Amino acid sequence: MKLKLATAVLALLAGAGSASAEKIKFEYWYGLTGDLGKVVAETCARFNASQAEYEAVCVGQDGYEKAVQNAIAAFRAGKHPALLQSFDAGTADLMLSGEFYPVTKLMADTGVKVDWADYFPGIANYYSSKSGEFFSMPWNSSTPVYYYNKAHFEKAGIAEAPLTWEGMADAFQKLKASGQACSLAYAPSSWIDLEQFSMVHNVPVASNNNGYDGLDSQLLFNTTLHVKHMENIQQWIKDGFAMVRTQAAGKTARDSFMEGECSVFFSSIADHNTIHKLKPTFAWDVQIIPTYEGSARTNSVVGGASLWVLSGKTDPEYKAAANYLAFLASKPEQQFLLENSGYIPVTKSTYEALKTEGFYAKEPFVNRDIAMKSLTYTEPTELTRGIRLGSFIQIRAEWVAEVEAALAGQKTMKEALDTAVSRGNDQLARFAKTYAGKTFP
Amino acid sequence: MRRAYFKFSWVAVALLAPQLLIIFIFFYWPSAQALYWAFTLEQPWGGGNTWVGFDNFRAVLSDPYYWGSVRVSIIYALATTVLAMTMAMTLAVFVDRQLAGYRAYRIAIIWPYAVAAPAVGLAFQFVFNPGAGIFSYINTISPGWWDLSKYPWQAVTAIVVAGAWKQVAYSFIFFLAALQSIPRSLTEAAAMDGARPLRRVIDLQLPLTTPTFFFLLVINITDSFTDSFGIVDTLTGGGPFRSTDLMVYKIYTDGFQGMDYSGAAAQSIMLMVLVMALTFVQFRYVERRVHYT
Repeated sequence: MKLKLATAVLALLAGAGSASAEKIKFEYWYGLTGDLGKVVAETCARFNASQAEYEAVCVGQDGYEKAVQNAIAAFRAGKHPALLQSFDAGTADLMLSGEFYPVTKLMADTGVKVDWADYFPGIANYYSSKSGEFFSMPWNSSTPVYYYNKAHFEKAGIAEAPLTWEGMADAFQKLKASGQACSLAYAPSSWIDLEQFSMVHNVPVASNNNGYDGLDSQLLFNTTLHVKHMENIQQWIKDGFAMVRTQAAGKTARDSFMEGECSVFFSSIADHNTIHKLKPTFAWDVQIIPTYEGSARTNSVVGGASLWVLSGKTDPEYKAAANYLAFLASKPEQQFLLENSGYIPVTKSTYEALKTEGFYAKEPFVNRDIAMKSLTYTEPTELTRGIRLGSFIQIRAEWVAEVEAALAGQKTMKEALDTAVSRGNDQLARFAKTYAGKTFP
Repeated sequence: MRRAYFKFSWVAVALLAPQLLIIFIFFYWPSAQALYWAFTLEQPWGGGNTWVGFDNFRAVLSDPYYWGSVRVSIIYALATTVLAMTMAMTLAVFVDRQLAGYRAYRIAIIWPYAVAAPAVGLAFQFVFNPGAGIFSYINTISPGWWDLSKYPWQAVTAIVVAGAWKQVAYSFIFFLAALQSIPRSLTEAAAMDGARPLRRVIDLQLPLTTPTFFFLLVINITDSFTDSFGIVDTLTGGGPFRSTDLMVYKIYTDGFQGMDYSGAAAQSIMLMVLVMALTFVQFRYVERRVHYT
């Protein structure tokens, strides 16, 4: 018996020894779930099959938030992964902690080649420092658009999907006149109604150029065009053009759109793939998010997540991780992601190559690259690089709770936004105090 | 009275050590850590913290929404406890009277306690969802009347019902045990004196089960303060506009989602103090009326 046990242990040790001698392993924790989670797992399998030197061990963490939470807990215990997929709002703490390995530096140190200039500026700016160094690796990227029911639009005599909010209001009237009860399925979204809205109008969300220039930032969205926009939405709901469609209200905006109940809803371009899969019974299309007349449109910014390399790992692990990241950035792998999700290409060369190949000319990809139009509408300005604020998850939550209160008639929209700003500012002050003396790199 | 006296023995220490170690590692250590964090601003990724004294408590206590959260937590705790205990008592009385099918019933009613809170919340989604749940039938009669995303009282009702449903089973077992320990002769004597079932419950069974009643009161209230997270998370997500933002749920959203570890630690301490105070009040004032036999 003892002998058996001893041989078993020996065999195990030998096995472990030979495996690590063969391949360098590194761990990667990702947040995507469901079908998209499977796509991530598949990229790992493809990477592992593509070469013999490295092995990616990929672990799904059941959501972006959980991935970050678990990585923090593991980091504090010294058992964290080399690579972490993190969403934008959750990365301010990581940036200030300095416990990450900027990917530009990683690639330079490990000698793995990535053409940084090839990235779309709207994406590059979002994920890099003031000096242009990439913090994290852009991967699954999206931007918001609106989806509209073509049949409804035709019946109402709307020839073209409007590009302005004035045009949109006009379309609502026409839809109503054509007998369509609900024009817009509305779900309050800080990402679309506040952040991306402010980007395309070139108005600030917060001072210090949206937080880029210092931690002592103040929220400003209760003083900009955003207020008028939210008041308009409230008015459209009152006038019966728009209806609140959220999970809590019984039906999501997308379900409402799919059933043909409402003609328009706003969401990420990532939903383009989902809607195709759900096979609606009507013709539909997408359009870039509208702007108000009288303001020059600027670029929208990316959403989604990026891949962070965490500190405290060994050089071989970093080398392996660097190779995996470069693998993901290659054209075939970007295309693989695009084909299996609603995400967009992150590099110019890949986008151009796909266009020449006619990728966007055949279903289900037709018009999906409208997201690129929104994202690259102008070169990023000081105000459209993105948002770099601490406690941003809480600020978003404050915004949603206050807007919901206003929509339920508890207070006026202006009061609601004022409250969200003042509470958000308290959060920012706390954050600045937590990281006293530090600045965003 | 003779006092028992034990000689110090290493064997005893060795035997106690595992249990003490577990208590220390899983209870005292984290509590001490939370207490420490409550007085600092902790950076989530490590990298140090700053001592801020009572700042975190000041921030929490001066926040009107925090007091809203305390208020709804107390409402939730009292309402679920009253509802759960009343239902449990009623069911226990029926089972104790050995009505038809009581054996199967006795086993079946344990089940809800074994269901995890998030699953309870999810199950009640199907009941309360304004678009597709059972309650959506109300909306076919009067459209828009039932909407969890609009009316705070409806959202609070929903989590109270779900929470109470989960607690009924536990209370039921204890009530039934208490009722069955009442000597048959007492019940029979009362019956012979002409006391009908309801009278017997009020005059005989309730007074004789007060120790159990008191125990369940303490457990239920404590439980509804600390074990309501899963139900809120799946059923309402704290909404609409924070009306179901119970204290435990707020600790989770601020601490784990918002990564404000220190603020969440301060709130945990507040919750602990509140539960301790409530338990103290119960022992001080309610227990006086309990008769142990």
